[in-house]
Amino acid sequence: MADTTLIAENDILARFPEGVSQDERKGYQGYIVAADRLVEFATALRDEFGYDYLSSVTGVDYLPEGKMEVVYHAYKSTGGGALVFKVQVPREDAVVPSLVGVYKGADFQEREAWDLLGIRFEGHPNLKRILMWEGFAGHPLRKDWKEAYFEEEKKPFDSRWPGGDVYRAEDKNPFGKNVVYPEKFDPEKWTPVGEEGFYGGLRGFDAGDGDEDLKTEQVVVNLGPQHPSTHGVFRMVVSLEGETVVRLEPVMGYLHRNHEKIGERNTYLMNIPFTDRLDYLASMSNNWGYVQAVEKLLGDKAKVPERAEYLRVIMAEFTRIVNHVFAIGTLLNDLGAFFTPMLYALEERELILDIFEAVAGSRMMCNYFRFGGVARDLPPGVYEKMRDLVFERLPRKIDELDRYLTENEIVRARCEGVGVLTPEEAIAYSAAGPVLRASGVPYDVRRADPYGIYDRFDFDVAVRYHGDVYDRYLVRLDEIRQSIRILQQALDDLPEGEIISGKPKYSIRVPAGEAYGRVEGPKGELGFYIVSDGSANPWRYHVRAPSFINLTALGKMCEGDKVADAIIILGSIDIVLGETDR
Amino acid sequence: MYGKGILKGLGVTLKHFIDTYVDDIRMGKSRYGTEKGIAYRSSKDARGIFTVQYPEEKLPTPEEFRFIPFLVYDEGEDGEREIRCTSCGICAKVCPPQCIWIHRSKDPETGRPVPEPAEFFIDVDVCMNCGLCAEFCPFDAIIMDHDYELAVYDRHANNIYDKEKLLKPAEYYKDIRPRNYALQEAARAEKAAKKSAAKARRGKA
Ligand code: SF4
Ligand code: SF4
Repeated sequence: MADTTLIAENDILARFPEGVSQDERKGYQGYIVAADRLVEFATALRDEFGYDYLSSVTGVDYLPEGKMEVVYHAYKSTGGGALVFKVQVPREDAVVPSLVGVYKGADFQEREAWDLLGIRFEGHPNLKRILMWEGFAGHPLRKDWKEAYFEEEKKPFDSRWPGGDVYRAEDKNPFGKNVVYPEKFDPEKWTPVGEEGFYGGLRGFDAGDGDEDLKTEQVVVNLGPQHPSTHGVFRMVVSLEGETVVRLEPVMGYLHRNHEKIGERNTYLMNIPFTDRLDYLASMSNNWGYVQAVEKLLGDKAKVPERAEYLRVIMAEFTRIVNHVFAIGTLLNDLGAFFTPMLYALEERELILDIFEAVAGSRMMCNYFRFGGVARDLPPGVYEKMRDLVFERLPRKIDELDRYLTENEIVRARCEGVGVLTPEEAIAYSAAGPVLRASGVPYDVRRADPYGIYDRFDFDVAVRYHGDVYDRYLVRLDEIRQSIRILQQALDDLPEGEIISGKPKYSIRVPAGEAYGRVEGPKGELGFYIVSDGSANPWRYHVRAPSFINLTALGKMCEGDKVADAIIILGSIDIVLGETDR
Repeated sequence: MYGKGILKGLGVTLKHFIDTYVDDIRMGKSRYGTEKGIAYRSSKDARGIFTVQYPEEKLPTPEEFRFIPFLVYDEGEDGEREIRCTSCGICAKVCPPQCIWIHRSKDPETGRPVPEPAEFFIDVDVCMNCGLCAEFCPFDAIIMDHDYELAVYDRHANNIYDKEKLLKPAEYYKDIRPRNYALQEAARAEKAAKKSAAKARRGKA
């Protein structure tokens, strides 16, 4: 972790007189690092400058310039703004050294960039596809890649108006003809052979392995993709030694829909309802992360009025409560306490969703935030309802949930000391949100790098120190209490006034440049990286999904624990597949 | 004492259980199947069982609730339908999944566009109920509906709604969204007043 002898950020260019330069494109920031100096640079950044937390790794395809760029956002785990650095390589031969050796949290993100953009990370221990399947042809986020239902480069599509002769996309592109296979690949003939065929690609898997003298044999078990514990379509491949997990690897992508490609075809406004579908339990926070990034690009044009700032905080904190009661409920389900705790938790969620429905029009797909404000003011009666909940009911009910579960001996026996992640590991693996804070790192974007008006509220960053499943549960409980505190202040101070700046426009142009907006979503740091080329559609739209990146540490957490514990460890990370797979 | 935590927890469940029956006795028949009962179960005072027994019971939809959009028409003097939509195309352009298809009418003689859609389709399989079309329509011509019971046996045959299926009277709009309707009517009246005042002024000059 950070110590006192760190070098200041301004000295970066002095420290690296060669191979590192300022990114001088208009609207861009940070440094451009030569590919061969990258590992050295990142190591120095971590050890000498204190940027020990790598938040986001992604690529951008600059097709017209023939370049592929990898963008890194690093932070200090003690708080503060981002340090952005980039590597540029030729598009056709995109090879970048892997940073997994420096930041373990780069693992899945680099695999994603390989999968979707075709950037090869040299030295990556396990570079293979992560969201698409192995038999998939091409790298879909490349700008010259066209998907099966391809109609046009950008929305709105010309065919819709004025000569809108309707047809169904499936009719033009029937099922079965909408897939391209790699050359020499015949899906009819392809069958995986034996265990090797199924698991051969998995890291360290060794079919028929086992110590001859001890006569032990490792068994590979698939949990999922259809499994009640995985909260969706998600697979864990576990190598077992008896009941003990030796290795665990998450396999995902079953719900992948190339959200980012869709986002790059959409106009800026269209993306807001699409973000609802990421983490569908927390659509308000998703909205916020996205509009924040775009507002950064828009600058003063999108200044958020006071009332809207408060409404944003109120909605985001309600969302956190919704998410955490749900997470606690499902954790208990995973523990085998079927549905009674879950339903008690859901009751509070329902009451909050009633509010969302009354204000935003939908219980889950809220689509409530707009650039420079929010979509709608509170209808009559809703404010009172919120007050009743926040001042009267929720505190009482959360205490009840606490009384109900926290001291339960079975819960404690199952959860304490299970799935431990040390603070150093949590930072190295880029874990975020409750997972990070339960490991004793008091890092919360609302405090570390405040956005909106969070600097005005009095609240504590919830933190626990054992890094186990039980502490992750407790952190969520603490956070609900803190959210109630914030809500009480926000409702007391809610000013009258405008809810959006300027007249809402259906098509906006965004000044060219890049921006990274991040919020403390209920599941952790939710970031949106946006590159604008000045047109009505984003050139690059990337989501830093906490559900996805938190899974990087899953294997580590499960090693040495029992297979039954793997289920609750997964439950304690609290993933939503809509966001993991995007 | 080992097991105290479990007992405490069981106490909570027991309380929920008892609360359900206490409320049943206290409220009698009105607890289930009545508006009052449903309102109670979704209020801050709800205790005990809180499930709403859909489809026998339904939660009331708040005014802002949005589902598939519909097109509004006003009743003309002689019962004629005056479609508000001018086929300006904004909703088709703003729609995120691009599920609105509008065929603009042309005057058969001059070939100029006429401000009324010849055809209007919404593929409700694709519609994501986002409400942006209604939010940005400059003529209050497309409004989000409250009807969410749309299941059909064959989606291919039924789920592209055409103009006829989409059209609903302004009365219906007023019925489901009284507050919004009143606000918009007031704004329209104001606009019309301004327009006629401007006309009068011009007439004088
Ligand atoms: S419904 Fe409204 S936005 Fe859509 S074409 Fe008609 S008038 Fe324009
Ligand atoms: S509600 Fe949204 S998705 Fe549906 S038609 Fe309107 S704009 Fe399109």
